[in-house]
This record gives sequence, C-alpha cells and structure tokens, in this order.
Amino acid sequence: MPAGTPQKALSRLLGEIGSVDAVGVEERVAKYAARSIKTASKVQGLKLAVSMVDLTTLEGKDTEEKVASLCRKALRPSDDPEVPQVAAVCIYPSMVRYARKHLGRSPVRVASVATAFPSGQTPFRTRLAEVKAALADGADEIDMVINRGAFLAGEFGRAQDEIAAVAEACGRATLKVILEVSELETYDAIRAASFLAMRVVRPGDFIKTSTGKTSLNATLGNNQVMIEAIRDFYLSTGVAVGMKPAGGIRSAKQALQFLVAVKETLGDAWLTNRRYRFGASSLLNDLIRQLQKQKTGAYQAPYYFSENSDSY
Amino acid sequence: MKIQTPTRAPRRPSTAPELLFGDLWDYDPAPETADPKLKARYDLFIGGEFVPPAGGKYFESVNPATEAKLAELALGGPDDVDRACRAAAAAFPAWSALPGRERGKYLYRIARLLQDRAREFAVAETLDNGKPIRETRDFDVPTCAAHFFYHAGWADKLEYVAPGRRMEPLGVVGQVIPWNFPLLMLSWKIAPALCLGNCVVIKPASNTSITALKLAEIFQDAGLPPGVVNVVSGPGSTGGALMAHPAVAKIAFTGSTEVGKVIMRSVAGSDKKMTMELGGKAANIVFDDAPLDQAVEGIVNGIFFNQGQVCCAGSRLLVHEPVARTVVSKLKARLRVLRVGDPMDKNTDVGAIVSRAQLDTIRGYLKAGVDEGAEMWQPPCRLPKKGFFMPPTIFTGVTQSHRIAREEIFGPVLSILTFRTVDEAIEKANNTEYGLSAGVWTDKGSRILRMSTELKAGVVWANTYNKFDPASPFGGYKESGFGREGGRHGLLDYGRLVEEGRP
Repeated sequence: MPAGTPQKALSRLLGEIGSVDAVGVEERVAKYAARSIKTASKVQGLKLAVSMVDLTTLEGKDTEEKVASLCRKALRPSDDPEVPQVAAVCIYPSMVRYARKHLGRSPVRVASVATAFPSGQTPFRTRLAEVKAALADGADEIDMVINRGAFLAGEFGRAQDEIAAVAEACGRATLKVILEVSELETYDAIRAASFLAMRVVRPGDFIKTSTGKTSLNATLGNNQVMIEAIRDFYLSTGVAVGMKPAGGIRSAKQALQFLVAVKETLGDAWLTNRRYRFGASSLLNDLIRQLQKQKTGAYQAPYYFSENSDSY
Repeated sequence: MKIQTPTRAPRRPSTAPELLFGDLWDYDPAPETADPKLKARYDLFIGGEFVPPAGGKYFESVNPATEAKLAELALGGPDDVDRACRAAAAAFPAWSALPGRERGKYLYRIARLLQDRAREFAVAETLDNGKPIRETRDFDVPTCAAHFFYHAGWADKLEYVAPGRRMEPLGVVGQVIPWNFPLLMLSWKIAPALCLGNCVVIKPASNTSITALKLAEIFQDAGLPPGVVNVVSGPGSTGGALMAHPAVAKIAFTGSTEVGKVIMRSVAGSDKKMTMELGGKAANIVFDDAPLDQAVEGIVNGIFFNQGQVCCAGSRLLVHEPVARTVVSKLKARLRVLRVGDPMDKNTDVGAIVSRAQLDTIRGYLKAGVDEGAEMWQPPCRLPKKGFFMPPTIFTGVTQSHRIAREEIFGPVLSILTFRTVDEAIEKANNTEYGLSAGVWTDKGSRILRMSTELKAGVVWANTYNKFDPASPFGGYKESGFGREGGRHGLLDYGRLVEEGRP
C-alpha cells in the first residue's frame, strides 16, 4: 500500500480526529497555572500526586543497590505515615528482577521501560523480545516508545502495528505508550499519535508524553492535548485510557497544575493512579517537603530533603 | 494506508460514556486579601481637588456580590459639570502648550503609579463591579496601565502621526463611560485625550465610580496640573449635561445604542466632534475544520468573560452544521467546570452581575428565549445566597427572529445558531443592526481573509476572541457607533490635523 507523503497521512488523520491550535492550547493551560490551591485541598492534592508517582531511575550506572534503595523509598516515601506509597518504580529491563525482589507483593508496581528505550532504534523483534524478557522477570507495567521514525515518515500503519503487537505481548501487564512529544514537535502530531496509540491499546493502558531523555518533556500544553485526546476517545468509544506526563515535573506546584488540568478536562474518574501517573524522580521529595510545610507551617532546612534523585 | 487496526475488546459502550465533574478534589476558598483602601465618602474631583457637590447630596455605591454598601459618592449635577468644564477650559492653554514629551512624562507617571498599586486597584474594581479578581488582576488593571504607557509613547512623536501635518488638540473633551470596564474604559478615553493636549471632564457610570475617583488620587500624586482631568460622579442626567455643555469641543461616549442616540440628538446642530462606542451582538463563527477544543475555549472567553457584560461579547454562536452537535457537547462539558461565585476568590471564573436592574434585564431575556421556543441549558452550580448572580446560560434551537438573537443582552447568555455554507454564515452574521466585532474559527487562511472583508464589524478575531491591545483600534460599524479607540486611528479622533506652516 502506498504510504503517501507524511503530511498527507497526518492531514488525513487530522481530518478525522480534528486539529489543534497551539495559541488556544497555551491560553487554556495558562488558566490552570492561575488556579490557587490552598489548605485542605492542597494537602489532598499533594497526597494524590504522591500516590501517582512512578519513581524513576533510568541511568547507565544503575545497580541492584540503587534500585533496592529506590524501592524502599517507594514503599515508605516519608517517615510521616500519612504520606501514601507511590504508584510504581520505573526502571530499565535489566533491573526488573531486583525491583521485583525488593517490592515483593506490595501494591507498588514494577514498571519497566522497554523496546530499546529511549530511541527505539533496534529491529522490532529485538524490541518485542525485550518486552517479553521484562515481563518474564516480573514487570507489572511496560513503558514502550513508539517508532517516531515511522510516524514522521508517514508510515502510521507500521507505527500502530508495532504498538498493537506490544500490547498483545503485554498480556495482563499494563502498557504505557511513550509518544516522545519533543520529537513529534507539533500539537497536531501529538494528537494524531495519541489516537494511533489509543486505538490499539486496551482499557486501562496509558499514553505517556516523553522519555525524559530529550530537551523538552512534559508541559501543561502537551499534557492538555493528550488528555483532550483521551477525553474525545473515551466519549466516542467508552474506552478509558490513562495518562502519564513524564520528565520535567520537578516541583509540587507543577504537579498540582497538572492535576487541575485533569480535574477540569477529564473529571474525577481520572484523579486516581489507575488512570494518571507522574513519571518523575525529584518530584517526590518536593511533594513531601510541601506536605511537611502544610503540617508544620514552616519549610524545613534544605538538607532535610535531597534535590538529587541519585541519593534515594 | 490502514489507520484503524481492528482491536480485541468490544468498542461499543453499552451506555453513553460521561465525564464526572464532581467534588472528589475540590478547591478550598482562596480569597484575595489585599486592602482596597476605600474611603467612606468620595467627593468630586475638580480643578485638582476633591470638592463636595454643589447640591450637597450623596448616593451609595454597593458591592454587587454582597449587596453591602461600599462608599458614598457625590451626586454631581449640571452645576458641578459647569464647574468642571470651566476648570478644564482654564487648564487647557498651559497644558496644550506643553511639549509633547512633557505631557508624556505625566502619562508614564500615571501608568507606573497604577502598576505600583495594581493589587489595591484590582480589589477595588472587583468589589465595585463584581467581576472576578482573576480578571481585574490579570486584565483590567494591567491593560489600563498599558493604555497609559502606549499613549505616553505617542506624546513625543505626534509630528509623525501624519506626514507633513501636525496634530492639534481640540480643547475640553467630555467623556461618559459605562460600568462594565470602569478603569479600562477610563484609560481608553483619558490617555489619548491627554496625549494630544486636551483637557478632560469625565463622568463614570453611577454603579462603578469608585476606581475612577481612586485614579484621581493617582493624578494628584503624579502632579498632573489642576483641571487637566476632572471626574464628576452622578446619574445619567449629569452625563447628559456634560455632553451638551457649550465648553465641550468633543464628546466621547461608550454605552448603549439607546443612550447614544439620545446624546446624538441632544447635540445635533452643534459643531462638537463625536465618537460613539455602542452596543453589539457579535457573531462567533465556527467552521467544521476549526480546532474545536480551542474554539470552545474562545466561545467561553467570548461570552462569559466579564459575565458577558462586554459590548463586543460573542453572544451569537454560529456553528457549521457538521460539527454543531460536537461543539455544543464540548461547550457543555467546559461550562461544567466554570466556577461561578464570590468574585474575590482567585478561582472564580464568573462573578456577579453589576446590579439588580441588570440581573432583572438578563432574566427577562431568559424568559423571552424560552417563550419564543429556544431551548435553555445551564450547568448545575450553587450560587451565593446574596448578591446578583447568574449561571452561564446557553440557548440552542435559536433562530434569527428570536429576541435573544437580535438584542444585546449584556449578560452570560449565548444564543446558538447553525449554518451550512460560508455565504450563509456571512449573511447571518451581518443580519443585525450592530457591527462591533466578530470571530472566525477555521484552519483555512483564505477563508479568514474573505470573512474579515465581508463581515461588517469593526473587529474580526480569527481563531481567538476578546483580545485587546492599546495599539489596535477598536470601534464599530452601523449602530455600534463610529470613531476608533486605540492605535493611531484612536489618536486621530482626539485632535485635528493641520498642514505644516499653517496656524
């Protein structure tokens, strides 16, 4: 089948799902940032955000001990028992066995990036084998990257078939499809890629903004485009897909703004870690710092909380 | 090329999926707490001083969100107008003789002093008018300051307004402004007038005079020479006396078309220069190729900004038939998360209607809409017990002959009509006595250009709505008035062009 030019493939799909105006999106999300979240609603929002964190380490220098330490942090993020556990730890496939060991049967899930994260540039059978290996080692969730090369070349069918095959391979595990928005560049392309992914994933699977390995990661703007796509898809099919912004969300204030966006776009049903996650590492400590501030009325000295995710 | 891959799970839901906008995570009250520094009683500002009215009478200004009294305002009458006009005329020779750059310094100073006290003014404006603090803080006060800055910049460049000609001021300018944007309308009127060397007598709306009189404090602090700006508060008849005063060389009015016509009749035969910015019934036109979520946001900004009490509000929504159902359902979902209530809460999107009288007018239109056969929808929302509140309201099934499609409601009420072709959209949009503004939503650039030519409206916004900038002229066609405010065009309405070398 002739693929046509990339632009034709994109405009054909946009003709079906509708396009996005960048100026309008920025204007909408500016209103989220202007929301003022105070007192009890702030505490509730911060705790909700903690419960949505996919605590992440994705480094060449990761070791079993590093992952073990991350798992302990995930299980008990703070000495304050009111702070909930995080949703998952997110690691490379080679670390899955260690994470499984240290998390045991706890509700904290093991999420593994796979499919030649972050570039995705290996033969598809290799990527699929990586997914299967991570699952065999005990991963509960797979964070795959889409084939951006195929997408940008207009080969939507290929990009989508690969997502479908990974979804198939996931079995009972949850799939998160990373669009890598910084490489798609436009909001139109982000919306198109969101639909490509949502049409082949299962209810309860996620779409995710980025790998965190490029210059631009999750922003309120691309979060908005993706949650609007999720909303439109849900209203037309009844299939509820989750959302995971990842990378670049470092402060509690930012996290609350993302939650405001979810509340006002997708509604209450998405205010849960079954449907919304934050891919982050240093965010967790800022959330805990702000919770302490709400409790004691004072900010603790900076050395109480590490800014550096390396030292979890 | 295959886009849709068949999937395993059944994709048809048994019941229509719905979004849940409940209170699982509710925002706590976030009241703005800055002190508005209101005085218990405001006198008239004439000749650089606060003076009691000749009649010795005062009237109350109330907070529309609580119905509590805010302050007492001087009830100015014809005698006070006369006194103010004399003060302005006395100040004119020296003020107009100042080099432009000297006048510019005063305008810069006013703008900066307003910025310094921005929060205080935002709170005062919200208390007085009922509009949300988010709008006064982010729009009214900053845009007001921007107008003073912009015209300060023009003041030393007046010889470049028109090549080979220079701008001369007109003399004393009489200005009457409405209650919907008290500070902003005042800056639209005063800043260009002062820039050119005119002197001003202004009458703010009786409902909302407090911030004008607070700004008079800033004129004092800025050292503006006495009499250059005079503020006379009072009822509509005082505005009439101002418009008709013989010392007034130019009148500038913003308000309803009805009152505009009365004013024009009263000054017929005089040589007063006039600009009128009157009512509107703008069409906001959404084509099927438009980015719909952003269009919905634009529709919301167009009609629910300032509770719809905006002369250029996008009060008629014209939707392309193929997307009409989608747009209405997206709009309803958006309205469910608009927050109506205490204007002082930083999270409030829709505040209070300015007065009981205006609330009654809007209610009258709701009844008319239902009686004439349109279908009304309002999102569920809890309104405060006291104060003048109205939930955002949309009417579907509206036709051109309905009153809610023809008359300016000046409230948060949207009438939705549909169209099939571009020609039909233009025909329907222009089928109104008004012509102030319009909006076009489409992905197609050539269509935007065609619409902006054929729509008989002073402003046409493309893929956005309700955007204002001091550099952009604003004004109407047909019964929406004449003359422009803002930009170079706005300056031309406050002076006369004289050929170089002539007196």
